[in-house]
Amino acid sequence: MEEFLQHILNGLILGGTYALLGIGLTLIFGIMNVVNFAHGEFYTLGAYTTFLFLALLETNFFLALLGAVASGILLGAICERLLLRPLLGESIDTTMLVMIGVWIAMQNAELTLWGGVAKSIDHPFPQPPLTLGPLSVAPLRLFVLGAAVLLIAGSHLLIHRTRLGRAMRATFQDRETAALMGVDIHRIHTVTFAFGSGLAAGAGALLGPVFVVYPAMGDPAALKAFVVVILGGLGNFAGATLGGLILGIAEELGAGYISSGYRDAVGFAIIILVLLLRPSGLFARAERVG
Amino acid sequence: MRRVGLGVLGALLLAAPFWVWNPYYVHILIMAGIFTILALSLNLLLGYTGQLSLGHAAFFGIGAYTSALLALRLDWPAWAGFVAAVLVAGLAGYGVGKVSLKLRGAYFVLVTISFAGVIYLVSVNWMELTNGPLGLPGVPPFEVAVAGLFELSFRSKPAFYYLVLGVAALAYLVCRRLVSSRIGRAFIALRENEALAESVGIDGTRYLVLAAVVSAAMAGAAGSLYAHYTRFVSPEVFLFTYTVTMVIMVVAGGKGTLAGPVVGAVLFTVLPEALREVTSWQWQMLLYGVLLILTVFFLPKGVVPALETWLRERRAIRP
Repeated sequence: MEEFLQHILNGLILGGTYALLGIGLTLIFGIMNVVNFAHGEFYTLGAYTTFLFLALLETNFFLALLGAVASGILLGAICERLLLRPLLGESIDTTMLVMIGVWIAMQNAELTLWGGVAKSIDHPFPQPPLTLGPLSVAPLRLFVLGAAVLLIAGSHLLIHRTRLGRAMRATFQDRETAALMGVDIHRIHTVTFAFGSGLAAGAGALLGPVFVVYPAMGDPAALKAFVVVILGGLGNFAGATLGGLILGIAEELGAGYISSGYRDAVGFAIIILVLLLRPSGLFARAERVG
Repeated sequence: MRRVGLGVLGALLLAAPFWVWNPYYVHILIMAGIFTILALSLNLLLGYTGQLSLGHAAFFGIGAYTSALLALRLDWPAWAGFVAAVLVAGLAGYGVGKVSLKLRGAYFVLVTISFAGVIYLVSVNWMELTNGPLGLPGVPPFEVAVAGLFELSFRSKPAFYYLVLGVAALAYLVCRRLVSSRIGRAFIALRENEALAESVGIDGTRYLVLAAVVSAAMAGAAGSLYAHYTRFVSPEVFLFTYTVTMVIMVVAGGKGTLAGPVVGAVLFTVLPEALREVTSWQWQMLLYGVLLILTVFFLPKGVVPALETWLRERRAIRP
């Protein structure tokens, strides 16, 4: 039982960052209709920016996290302006191919820049784990969970409580009508992509110190983001949050009770099963017919 | 004119081992041949039915492992392993196609990625069968022998080149025959407008599964050739890099054309080798990514259709 609870706690911690990744991806898909295969690279970018700030510029840890999010936002905005805006209105396959190109280019740029050797990020939290009754957790991991929860809550407020968020939701529902109502679609697209990329970079910055940083780390992360989005239904914010937590817990249980070699297979299995049995996601309301 | 050109090209290809002296260049030609088969196979799905499979390396790897395991564990002759690789990959294509072709677009792409991911993890973790990340060394060379009658060895590079050339030509002919048949027209109809195609009686899923089976079987053939050529198989055959390379070859060459994948495969096998002198591997991959983006922006149909248009316009200008 204690072991089980420990797995659940570890799963929640991982799941929080998976949710961050998933929310970014699901917003980009829902609002822009772009399948962002480069999403994992913004996660990698966040991790490396944190490393850059800490190891080379020797700044404060929390400043490094902010810098990472900012780098994601900035590069996301550039990417949208340069590559996606000219292709507005093209088929989803076209933008998908472009994003695959961005993915390959970014990953290998990181490999060229930083080399293939994994790097670890120092953090100011004490090493010995805290014990909460039967459970134990590293302070850093607890911080990761807290930061992820804050970011998710912030995103929720942005989307549901602000004027910008309302414009984003309007664009999601109907792009043409939103444009007719005076919503600047171009701006919404740039903001959405920058925001999603910023969240991914944030997730990378948070998990970077927990694991190690290496150029291909974005691939499993992107996969997890896709799993989360599929679990929650494409374009579904609350679904992505729940989906992230479910994936985190499922992975921990799978690795704990089945085999750690197949940890990543949990994600693949979820994708295949959900898409085949319930393609609109676990949390979609029953679709109307006709 | 066109016939003469093709004849000259055919003669040059057939005589290649005689005018290409450097064994390294023969090696590049062999790899170009293997990738031609792969690109043709992916083109059948991506170009003609319009379904992007990002798990295509899985079928390549399944073919390679089938050949290697049958040769190493059961002492099957290489040709039998080749046939088995084609069949097993085709069967896998049937299974994957049957379940995943209920989905379209991004969903289909994700299921194919997941399938390749699962197969990769199995190849790494199922130590007893696949020897895990260490791979399977010592795959025997491709030899066809009938006891006491004759023996045909493809151990040398030039001999293997002819084998690959033969299989690639066969793959091309299969594609050409298929595409110009009723079935090929059904593929194209499904690509252009699925609802309309189904309204005139084309069973979408059935034709798409057929395309998946043929495509997977061809990729399996390429995998088997690869295993007997490099004589070593490891989980790396499932690497996403292979799939990406295939996609770039098809998209840059011209998807939905017969010559496109061939041109793309040759171009993107020779280009990295030529660049190897000047740049490192990761710069090449970086360049691949950039090239893919540039192709989508400036040559959305690919090199071959662009060339055809250019030639036609030139001819139209002349009296």
